[in-house]
Amino acid sequence: MPIEVLLKAVFILLVIVAGLAPVITWIERKQSAVMQDRIGANRADIGGLTVLGLLHPLADVIKLLTKEDVVPQGANRFMHLIAPVIAAVPAVVAYAVIPFGGVYTFGNYTISLVVANPDWGLLYIFAIGSIATYGTVIAGWSSNNNWSLLGALRASAQMISYEVTMGLSVVGVFMVFQTLQLQNMVLAQDTTFRIFGFLELVGIPVPGVLDWIRLPAWGVFFQPLGFLMFLTTIMAENKRPPFDTPEGESEIIAGYHLEYSGMRFGLFFMSEFIEVVVIAGLVATLFLGGWALPWLSQETIVGTVSRLFNPEFATGLCAILHFTTFMLKVVFMIWLQMALRWTLPRFRYDQVMDLCWKILLPLSIANILVTGFVLLLVRGAGQ
Amino acid sequence: MSAQQVLFYLFAAFAVVSALGMVLNVRNTVAAALSLVVTMVALAGIYVLLEAHLVAAIQVMVYGGAIVVLFLFVVMLLNLRSDAFAPGRARLQKLAGALLGIALLAQIVRSSVALPAAPPVPPGFGGYRQLGIALYTDYVLLVEIASLLLTAAIVGALILAKRKID
Repeated sequence: MPIEVLLKAVFILLVIVAGLAPVITWIERKQSAVMQDRIGANRADIGGLTVLGLLHPLADVIKLLTKEDVVPQGANRFMHLIAPVIAAVPAVVAYAVIPFGGVYTFGNYTISLVVANPDWGLLYIFAIGSIATYGTVIAGWSSNNNWSLLGALRASAQMISYEVTMGLSVVGVFMVFQTLQLQNMVLAQDTTFRIFGFLELVGIPVPGVLDWIRLPAWGVFFQPLGFLMFLTTIMAENKRPPFDTPEGESEIIAGYHLEYSGMRFGLFFMSEFIEVVVIAGLVATLFLGGWALPWLSQETIVGTVSRLFNPEFATGLCAILHFTTFMLKVVFMIWLQMALRWTLPRFRYDQVMDLCWKILLPLSIANILVTGFVLLLVRGAGQ
Repeated sequence: MSAQQVLFYLFAAFAVVSALGMVLNVRNTVAAALSLVVTMVALAGIYVLLEAHLVAAIQVMVYGGAIVVLFLFVVMLLNLRSDAFAPGRARLQKLAGALLGIALLAQIVRSSVALPAAPPVPPGFGGYRQLGIALYTDYVLLVEIASLLLTAAIVGALILAKRKID
């Protein structure tokens, strides 16, 4: 069992941290170039081979690793050196509870494609996320620079505020799926529901044709407002534009990471990109059905394929399909975040706070109330 | 020693050392606050070993995350220098603190010697389901009173803070 967990952890690290995160820096450069009618990264080459600029992440890493690592005068040396690590570690360990595939049985061997699946899975991510704040805050404070300190102050206020709303905006999802365990949440989404089924509640019989129209039972269809609010708040937690007030270049130069150079700056940079993938995976799991294929449940796939081939092959094929689906959803969410990041200008600092406390917080509480009433109607009291 | 015992002593050592770090770092308030974070997270580890998973998660989220970040926010906003704290003069306070500390330690030792054996943990103990059911059925009145108290505190803080602006 420990070997299995270790293998899954290594797989996640290889695919996401070592594989996907560097490619995202390239995606960001190329996507912004396309959006701004430029060519984008295309110069780094090995023997004249540029591969669409895909070698740029490699060149960046070599450059960052060989640069001098400066600690400013009057800085708190220990805190200054450790802050980037505190920022990067939570981003990586948050993957542990995000399922990248379902539960598969080969003969008498059952495997669940998630590294850890505690009963309180989503709370684990929130707990890890609240620790991530310290990397930013310590970095800003320990640099002994007024701009950095301002960045740290902005970061701590912003992240604390949005944590509250982030938690409240997904309560509706817990209520619909009645679990906090991410694997079970995806299993609950691996089905479909009748769009017009609610008519029967009000006493109107559903006409035959309409009764056939079904949607995948994904969180986004039950909690559209929750989806938008969760995406907004979790993007604000990541401090990327349009929520990048802690580093706001035009106001406080580079904010909390102003005094960092070399790979320590690179770690801040990397942790933001790793968090982009965490956000993509988490939103895909909570709202877009995770690894589940739309309209094709695991039973249907395995049942149909095992009529032609043996059941082990069917299950294996299903696992590959599920993993591919999950990665496609992750890539879609990464694309969406990049598109938002290059479309919207930065919020003013007071606008960020107003959005959180005056708009999103009341809306998320209203969302919980409405969800509660609807669930009471659908499932009846006493549940 | 089982793995659980090793983990317990590890977390306990972390908690004690960082708690000392918090108390002894009187001059450097930020370092003291960060030591408090390590204490809180180490305590959360011990809660996990005690099967109180929800409490552990909330410990990290609320105490390890939100509250100490607020401490840090205030400390950084005031930008306290290390010489802002004069060397301790109040002998009497120190003496009273030491006496109370010794009394607390004696009480802890006295009661921990006479502890009964732990009862077996029922299935699902410490989960959000059990806690939620307990909070909203048996203890619903206490929850309501606490929420009223918190609302009063928020309104009071707002009034105190707003008085100068208007």
